[in-house]
Amino acid sequence: MGRFHRHDGEHDHEHPHDHEHHEHHEVGDLSGYATGADRVVVLERIFTENDRAADANRAALDAAGVRCVNLMSSPGAGKTALLERTLAHLAAAGVRAGVVEGDIETALDADRLAPHAAQVALLNTGDGFGGECHLDAPMVARALEELDLDALDLLLVENVGNLVCPAEFDTGAHDRVMVYSLTEGEEKPLKYPVMFRACEVVLVNKVDLLPYLDVDLELFRRNLAQVNPAATVFEVSARTGAGLDAWHAWLTRVPVAP
Amino acid sequence: MHELSLCHHIAGIAERARDGRSVIAVHVRVGQLRQVVPETLVWCWGMVTEDTPLAGSRLEVDHVPVVVDCASCGATTTLAHALVLTCGDCESGETSIRTGEELLVTTLDLAPATVPTAQET
Repeated sequence: MGRFHRHDGEHDHEHPHDHEHHEHHEVGDLSGYATGADRVVVLERIFTENDRAADANRAALDAAGVRCVNLMSSPGAGKTALLERTLAHLAAAGVRAGVVEGDIETALDADRLAPHAAQVALLNTGDGFGGECHLDAPMVARALEELDLDALDLLLVENVGNLVCPAEFDTGAHDRVMVYSLTEGEEKPLKYPVMFRACEVVLVNKVDLLPYLDVDLELFRRNLAQVNPAATVFEVSARTGAGLDAWHAWLTRVPVAP
Repeated sequence: MHELSLCHHIAGIAERARDGRSVIAVHVRVGQLRQVVPETLVWCWGMVTEDTPLAGSRLEVDHVPVVVDCASCGATTTLAHALVLTCGDCESGETSIRTGEELLVTTLDLAPATVPTAQET
């Protein structure tokens, strides 16, 4: 994980741990409230349950020797088009790659990827309130149950298209990758620093459009360096296939220990 | 944007910690880098806790500003805008975050065990 992997820090030292629950204090000891009620100190991280599920996901993936990559982007950045290319390449290279497809509704993307992937698990996050805007670890755990992990080498999690929420939830993936497309504007790293900081790799997609756009790629790189100087950047085009070799080399670089 | 699901997590923690007692208020500490809108969180709390034992409880949000330590000049500064995490003194990007990433339930205010409240009926 990169130096900006925020959740690791929390586990190690940042926040109090579970065993501090249920210490009872007199309310009068704490300023501000004179309700006559008891105040119970909880100090539990709100993501404790999610992170526990994420750790379990990672353990299950490690046990099966599967490397897992969480792919995040805004809607329309080209995650699915990229995955079509990447899955075809991986299949040809003999890498058994599965996909966890996260969408609020529909199986459209899962259907697109099914011909290329060794296995696909679809997670629709619609829950009656309009749908979750991200995948969390318990959702991915349900997908893992559907998959035969022993028959996979690599698992690509296509998160819900969104530059805010997916950055906050550890899914149990080993790496976090963001797909940014040139049409989104150079300032996006400054507007969504949490997302750009959460990734080890940023794919700059749609570079085939460079001649037609008033976009300053160097300015984007400078903005990215301000929020995440450690990020690895690959310039790619999912449409033409340009630049994908370096991405595929990165994706398959680490042999996963059985 | 994910305030609703955060409220589900907070409710789960409060439900376990309340030990069967009525809850008057749940206090959470949320760092500014957590992309949480406090008003939305409070609004979602009402929706998530409706028809549960936590109905009627208040969600009190303690919003923590972003404070960074600068490796370049050594200053510790509080950032007014958390878009770019550069040092507030020398503007170096070589900063580490001191606060602003908190996201935890800190305390519960519970009704006295011997006095039943309206929420328990």
